[in-house]
Amino acid sequence: MKLDVFIERENKKEKVELPEGSTLKDLLTKLKINPVTVVISKNGEVVAEIAKIKDKDKIELLSVVSGG
Amino acid sequence: MCKTCKENPVIIIQGNKPLCKGCFMKYFEKKVFWTIRQYNLIDKKDIIAVGVSGGKDSLTLLYLLNKVLTPQKTKFFGLLIDEGIKGYRNITIEDAKKFCKENGIELKIISYKKEFGNTLDEMLKQKKINACALCGVLRRYLINKYARKYGATKIATGHNLDDEAQSILMNQLKGNMAFSAKLGPKTGVLTHDQFIPRIKPLYFLTEKETTTFSKLKNLPVTFIECPNHKDSFRDEVGKMLSNLEAKYPGTKQSVVNSLLQVLPSLAKQFKGQKIGTCKKCKEPAAKDLCKVCELLKR
Ligand code: SF4
Ligand SMILES: [Zn+2]
Ligand SMILES: [Zn+2]
Repeated sequence: MKLDVFIERENKKEKVELPEGSTLKDLLTKLKINPVTVVISKNGEVVAEIAKIKDKDKIELLSVVSGG
Repeated sequence: MCKTCKENPVIIIQGNKPLCKGCFMKYFEKKVFWTIRQYNLIDKKDIIAVGVSGGKDSLTLLYLLNKVLTPQKTKFFGLLIDEGIKGYRNITIEDAKKFCKENGIELKIISYKKEFGNTLDEMLKQKKINACALCGVLRRYLINKYARKYGATKIATGHNLDDEAQSILMNQLKGNMAFSAKLGPKTGVLTHDQFIPRIKPLYFLTEKETTTFSKLKNLPVTFIECPNHKDSFRDEVGKMLSNLEAKYPGTKQSVVNSLLQVLPSLAKQFKGQKIGTCKKCKEPAAKDLCKVCELLKR
């Protein structure tokens, strides 16, 4: 399946391909992002990394680090 | 599925407990209110200066304090320090103003420029110094000074579990145990009559939890980072802790628990430190001059 992923910290959009039945955790592993450091939204809803994803889901990764 | 109600989880807390939106919000608020009660952070008659940056932690704190303090008629106000960091603070200030206006909360703003003559950006151009080392000293100074001027009896800050675990480890790695004696959910008590005690109601919530809360509550937060934060020592320690946390859930909490266990004896050990008054500005100081007057050579 193909996904649009927006990585907020880098202000960057990425297209990612993953096998069917993957979870958000698989996506984070592929992107080398630690789940502890991001809040994930899937099609506009906040979800935990155990959620399954399907083709064309819109994923946003919001960094929880806010130094300052 | 959420452990309690079988809804879709928004977060997994403590490494193995998935919680849905409703259960997470309840868990979060309960934990903050528990911290306030357990550590006696707030007395009904207190006047609380809430340190506001406009970021997720401080707006979450302000939201929750508004929820507890307004019904019990405890006075509080927001206190924002404008360091003058372009592309960062000017944006979060607008968020803070918006939130305070919408919720009828008084917001006082104090700037480095007005108080010290230069913005942080300008100071950093003139001096070779670590941005956060300078910025932190100046901010703590102004928060204490103006909280006191405006009659506050406590200063509440949005420090979360990640911040605390980082501070503990940073002090350990640099051999600054005296600084760790000043940590904990309630600090600065009775060291100097000019010092306003500080409280940290978000002490036991992780940064991921505060971010999730502010997002689910739709607080007006622009998620940006101070340009000086990246590559700081704190940033590095934070990354290391998060890597450990992912592998060994509960690491951050354990670091904080270890400090809490030794804090009473640590505080005793470093109590001997005398706090005097700065010759120049009359604020509390460990030496003849306070750190601000020393750093700014004024
Ligand atoms: S990250 Fe450093 S420079 Fe930026 S606001 Fe925080 S202490 Fe100041
Ligand atoms: Zn639930
Ligand atoms: Zn001074």
